[in-house]
This record gives sequence, structure tokens and C-alpha cells, in this order.
Amino acid sequence: MATTISSVLNQHSRDRRNLIPILQKVQEKEKYLSPASISEISGYVGISENDVYSVASFYSQFRFTKPGEHTVKVCLGTACHVRGGARVLETVERELKIKPGETTADGKYSLETVACIGACALAPTMVLDNEVQRSMTPQKVVDLLKSRNKAENDAK
Amino acid sequence: MPNNNEYTIYICEGTGCVSGKSHEIRLALEHKIAEQGLNNVKVDFTGCHGFCEQGPIAIIEPNEIFYTRLTINDVDEIVQSHIMEGKPVERLFFKDPISNRSIPYYRDINFYRKQQRIILRNCGHINPEKIEDYIEREGYNALKKVLGQMTSLQVIEEIKQSGLRGRGGAGFPTGMKWEFCQKEQSDIKYMICNADEGDPGAFMDRSIMEADPHTVIEGMTIAAYAIGAGEGYIYIRAEYPLAVKRLRIALQQSENMGFIGDNILGSEFSFKIHVNEGAGAFVCGEETALMASIEGKRGMPRPRPPFPAQSGLWGKPTTINNVKTLATVPVIINKGSEWYSKIGTDKSKGTAVFALTGKISNSGLVEVPMGMTLREIIYDIGGGLIGGKDFKAVQNGGPSGGCLPASALDLPVDYERLAAAGAIMGSGGMIVVDSQTCMVDLAKYFLSFTQEESCGKCVMCREGTLQMLKILEDIIEGNGKEEDIDLLLELAKAVQAGSLCALGGTAPNPVLTTIRYFRDEYEAHIKEKRCPALVCKNLINFYILPDKCQGCGICKRGCPVDAISGDKRMIHIIDQNKCIKCGNCLDVCPERFNAVTKVSGEKLQVPQEPIAVGSWQNSESEEKL
Ligand SMILES: Cc1cc2nc3c(=O)[nH]c(=O)nc-3n(C[C@H](O)[C@H](O)[C@H](O)COP(=O)(O)O)c2cc1C
Ligand code: SF4
Ligand code: SF4
Ligand code: FES
Repeated sequence: MATTISSVLNQHSRDRRNLIPILQKVQEKEKYLSPASISEISGYVGISENDVYSVASFYSQFRFTKPGEHTVKVCLGTACHVRGGARVLETVERELKIKPGETTADGKYSLETVACIGACALAPTMVLDNEVQRSMTPQKVVDLLKSRNKAENDAK
Repeated sequence: MPNNNEYTIYICEGTGCVSGKSHEIRLALEHKIAEQGLNNVKVDFTGCHGFCEQGPIAIIEPNEIFYTRLTINDVDEIVQSHIMEGKPVERLFFKDPISNRSIPYYRDINFYRKQQRIILRNCGHINPEKIEDYIEREGYNALKKVLGQMTSLQVIEEIKQSGLRGRGGAGFPTGMKWEFCQKEQSDIKYMICNADEGDPGAFMDRSIMEADPHTVIEGMTIAAYAIGAGEGYIYIRAEYPLAVKRLRIALQQSENMGFIGDNILGSEFSFKIHVNEGAGAFVCGEETALMASIEGKRGMPRPRPPFPAQSGLWGKPTTINNVKTLATVPVIINKGSEWYSKIGTDKSKGTAVFALTGKISNSGLVEVPMGMTLREIIYDIGGGLIGGKDFKAVQNGGPSGGCLPASALDLPVDYERLAAAGAIMGSGGMIVVDSQTCMVDLAKYFLSFTQEESCGKCVMCREGTLQMLKILEDIIEGNGKEEDIDLLLELAKAVQAGSLCALGGTAPNPVLTTIRYFRDEYEAHIKEKRCPALVCKNLINFYILPDKCQGCGICKRGCPVDAISGDKRMIHIIDQNKCIKCGNCLDVCPERFNAVTKVSGEKLQVPQEPIAVGSWQNSESEEKL
């Protein structure tokens, strides 16, 4: 039976060494690892669901709940920390009214933190969907989120 | 690069510059040039120049004119003035933060002038997605030499003679590491490139892979030949999508041209490389955890021995080297160990790459010969601190490293001397801070990072760091006790002794060095409930100065929790019970008023209720009378 993730699974051999790449590909496609996906992956690779879950939960990249439409990742690496990363995070938390790891009630935004995206010279940074935002300030956070919301509403 | 063009414009498309829309700038340039019908100009892109803070960056040949902070709006002027009229655009030149002079040429910029770029030799000078560019700059010559003229033992001897030590942090001699693995009898061996770059605040390895991926592949293939490995893995952080993409392109090209794959360059030697993306676990930078992760398991370190050279990936002999270590290998083979061993200090040969960040004027990637002093790196290359502020400390080596004070500025940088001072060479993170960084807070920052990233296997690493963290939190919140510093030192010893891997073993370093060099700051928090850097929220207060406030109301609008009261032309007041210390009011109060202030350990006299602007002076002097 073909499921939404079988196309991903079929690209890999049924070998434990492919477990993490498979989890990554499935998450890329589905945005998170649902219980159904975990169960299917377990069957495909031939390791127990418990074992799949135990590996996946070890790595911070993997999510087990559905994320929002957009993801805000605030960098809390050292360079960003000493240049005010915490204030950027606090501002996003206030604006979206969520904490890291959560999704807004309307399902629009998820908030995550990340330890360095390698753009330290532009600190503090955050990533909105896949775009790196440089030299952030609380004001820039407010403006950015406002302009995104406005652009979306206009598009509707 | 050979070309018949009068001008070549190289736009940087590394992660930093791309975030400044450099890709769009390149497309706009190409469009404009086509539109003008110019056929004497080539537009191309490069990887990271390491001066990301000035980005988006462009270099225009001939003469390497260096443009900074480009925007789409500069495109027309560059084409019109520089290309069509031969007049470079002065306003886009780099402005030296010290002399304030505009500097047109790449080679004259202090940031680059004092560097010696060996590992970064190609970064910013070639298109990383074209193997031809790499080959043009001696690329794959070293591999040809090795396969054509050298035995594996000769390669190992050459690397040993060069004095090259691992750039991943510990500084283990690379030639010796290869020899251990070479000696093992096994039909299968593995070569791994550690591109996990776990230090949260460093981007050396990312830049190299984005700007010069082939050098990593070439170095890795030579290493594989030396140890006798037929298969290799590059284990790279998932947070680096661009580096992953460029590596994959480079691998494909390299295979197409026969530099990797079966019977490389017609020899008996075959080598395949896989790319594995990490999944966000710092501990996977540790060798045994990294291998467990490639095997599809939880990334938990295991005891050594057996060492990876004996029993590594899937139980086979394995060598693991850092990106920078491998990027150095082709140069050593090409130029010889004698040349290489003349660079650097007695025991630390060659160059070191640092990601110089924090409160530094010229933030970016810096490569210098070992033995250069911190002062030269921070002041001559880094241009000193932003705004000419005073230096407070430099943090080397990330969560495993330490913080050094101003008295260490004349320390020559090498493995031994940094270690003696309590810091480590690390992988290359170098973060400079000024008086606005609280050292207790910084120690807590690193410790909470390692605490979070501990794999949990060892009790001391898991629980000991948690206890230390709680003590630091108490101190920061103003609940510190006099005996806390001694307790921290004691716990630090226990954590160091009771940890299996270096994550736990080095986790106390940031705490130990801040206590060693900044004990007075700990004491101010504990004894005076004061944060000298004005960072720790429980110990600071914001006030609006009644003699300066003009009642403009800007701060009131900027306050997220309505803690500020006052109508127009009234002196505004902050309700200390409501204030969440976000600092917005301080940011937005117009500079000409400068009416908001931040203090620690003191209470300022301000009116209880908003009063008319100008009326405060009187009440204060009345009180005094
Ligand atoms: C917790 C931890 C994290 C590490 N992270 C990295 C890393 O991100 N990159 C790296 O090259 N080495 C890292 N190392 C060091 C490696 O274990 C290993 O020593 C190194 O990759 C060896 O390469 P080299 O000999 O070329 O330095 C880490 C070590 C520990 C204990
Ligand atoms: S020291 Fe820490 S990270 Fe290392 S193995 Fe022990 S618990 Fe895991
Ligand atoms: S610091 Fe923030 S919360 Fe406090 S008064 Fe100023 S703006 Fe309001
Ligand atoms: S610390 Fe934030 S990008 Fe590196």
C-alpha cells in the first residue's frame, strides 16, 4: 500500500544506518514525525517502534507535533547571546505569545531556538522560514512579523 | 582564472552574504550588464570571504577592488560608474573603523593584511561550484602527487614531519593518528571528516565547505589513501544547508573527473564518500558518539580504548579528522612539510583559523600563524572593540573553553599557551566581549548549553552540571551565598573527574576561568546583589531621569507591559513592580534626551507620580534645603 512517505522510504535500503536519513527525509516532507510515520518507518527498517522513537528523541532536530505554517528560529549561539539574542527571543515570545517549542493557536507560527546557524558575524540572527535575518533588534522583530502578517492578509 | 574579460565581478554567496540578498544582487548585475550590451564583463560568485559582517561583499577584477554592504540599489551605479566609466564607486569601499579612511583594495584592508591564509587560501577566490576553478589553483595536484609518487607510509611521514595537529580541538598530531590506523590489519577501514562544528558561535568549517569544498574532499581522499580506507563519511551539521549542497555538488564533480570513486586517476586506490547530516546533538562531535550516530543509533560516547583506530565505525579501524585539518593536507603535500613546519611556534605548527565575533569591529574569519598574540588578532585584525569600547574578555573554544582577561592579551596563541591560561585552542571560536557582558551570566550560558547537551550517560556530567547551573542561577538572581564559589569549584572537580567524554570533562572550564579571572564579579553578585555589567535582570532597574525626561511619550508606547505612566509634557515614571526589564525604553528614548538609565545595586530618587516637566528640579532642591 502506497502511503505519503513510501516514496521516501523506497529511496533507502532497509538498513539501520539509513534510519536517521530516513527520519530526516520524512520530517522534511511531513514537517514532523507522526505516530503513523514512526510506525511505518519501524516496519520498513525492521526495528521496533520504541527503538525508532528512542533514536529520534535523542536528536533535537526531530519534532513529534505538527509545526505551524511558518517557523521562527532564534539563534542563541554565543555570538548572538553576547549581542542580545535573549532580547530577540523575548520579543518573539511576546509578539507571538508562545514559548520555544510551541505553536500559535491559529497554527501560523512555531517558535524554536537554535545554537548557531554559522552567521555569527551578523549576530544576533534569527531564521524565518528559510531566510536568515541579520542584526536583529526587538524593534526589527516587531516590524518583520507585522510586515509578514500584512503581506499575508493583503494576499488573501 | 583565465578570461578575456576586462572586468570580472565576484559576488560572495556564502551564508552571511546570501542573507543580505547577494544572490539577487548578482542576478540584477547580470541583468543590467546584459541590458547595457556589455560583453567585456563576467559576473561570477564565490563562497565566504570571512568578512561576513561587511557583506554583501563583491570583488571586482582587475586590482581586486573590494565593495562592502551592497544592496540591489547599488547595481546601476556599479555598472555605470565602475564598468562603463572606469570609476570605482567610493562610497562602497571598506571604511577602516580606526582611521575612518576608505580603502579600495582588498589587499590593503587591515583585516586581511595581517592574515596568512593557508586553510582559507581559496575562500572567496573561486567559484565553489566549479571544480575547474579549484583545479586552476593547484587543486587535486596533491592527490595526483600522492597517488603517483608516494606510498602511504611516505604520506604519513610527510604529515608527521610537518607537525600538523588536529584542528578539531584536542590538537592530536595528525600523522600519528593516521599511523595508528594504517598499522591495523583489516580489509575494511573508514575515513571520517568531522564537520559537525558544534561550538555554538563559530563558523570556520561552514565557510570552508561553502567556499572551497574540494579542498576538504582532496584532503580526505589523501588521508584515506594513507590509512587504507575505501569508504568515507562527512558528518555535517544539519544547520548548514548551503554547505551540504555545495559538498554534494563537489562530490559529484570530483567523481565525474575521477578524483574519487573506483581506481582513482588510474591507480589501484578506490574511495567513496558519503554525506551524513547531523541531527542537532552537540555530543555527536565527539568521535565515538559521531560513529554511533552514523550507525543509526543514539549518539552516546563510549569508553576508549578501544580507540577508533582499532575499532571504530561498525567495529572497523577508523580515522576521524576535522575539516580544517583535512583542508591543510593538500597544501602540505604540495609545498612540503619543511615549508609548513617553519610556520607557527615550537610545538604548534601552521596556522589557526578563528571565527572572531562578539563585540568586535571587524567580525569574521581570521587565519593567522600560530604564535600571534591575542592583541594582534583582536586589535590589528579585528580593529578593536565596537565603538572603541574597552576590552573585557575573550572566550576561546566555546563550551569547552575559557574566558581570558585583558592581562592575557599579549599571550601568543597556540595549543600549549592557551591551555596553560585555562582556555583551549578549541575548534576556533573566539568571542570578544566588553563591559556589557556579565561574566557570571556568560558562564551560566555555556553551562546551560553543555547541561542541555549532555547525553546523560554519566551521573556527574548530567547531575553535577545541573547542580552547578542551579548555583549560578541563584547567584544571578541575587540569592547567592558566600560559600557558593567554593562549592562551584568543588563540583567542577567532581564533574571533570566523573565524566566519560570531553563534553563533561571540559564543561566546567567556562565557570573555572571566570572565577579565576573575574572573581570580583561573582562577589559583587553575591555580596552586594549587584551586577556590574547591568545584565542580570533580578539585580537591575530601569529609571527615567526626572531632570532629563521631556515627556515625549516614546518610551511609554514602546513598553510591552504598560509599566510606564505619564501624559505628554509630564515626567514619565516606571512602575518597578510591572517592569519586566526588557530594555525597550532605554533603546527608544531619543538620544537628545537620554532620559532612561539602567542601574544595579542602587535606588534612584524619582517622583512617585508623573509631574510636569521642569518641576522636579525644584522639589529635589527643596528636599535638600
Ligand atoms: C562534545 C564534543 C564535541 C566535539 N565537537 C567537535 C566538532 O564539532 N568538530 C570537530 O572537528 N571536533 C569536535 N570534537 C573533537 C572530536 O572528538 C575529535 O577530536 C576531532 O574531530 C578530531 O579531529 P582532529 O584530529 O583533526 O582535530 C568534539 C569533541 C567533543 C568531546
Ligand atoms: S561526559 Fe556527558 S556527554 Fe560525555 S558520555 Fe558522559 S554524560 Fe555523555
Ligand atoms: S524596561 Fe521594558 S518593561 Fe521596563 S519600563 Fe522599560 S520598556 Fe517597560
Ligand atoms: S551564534 Fe548566532 S549565528 Fe552563530
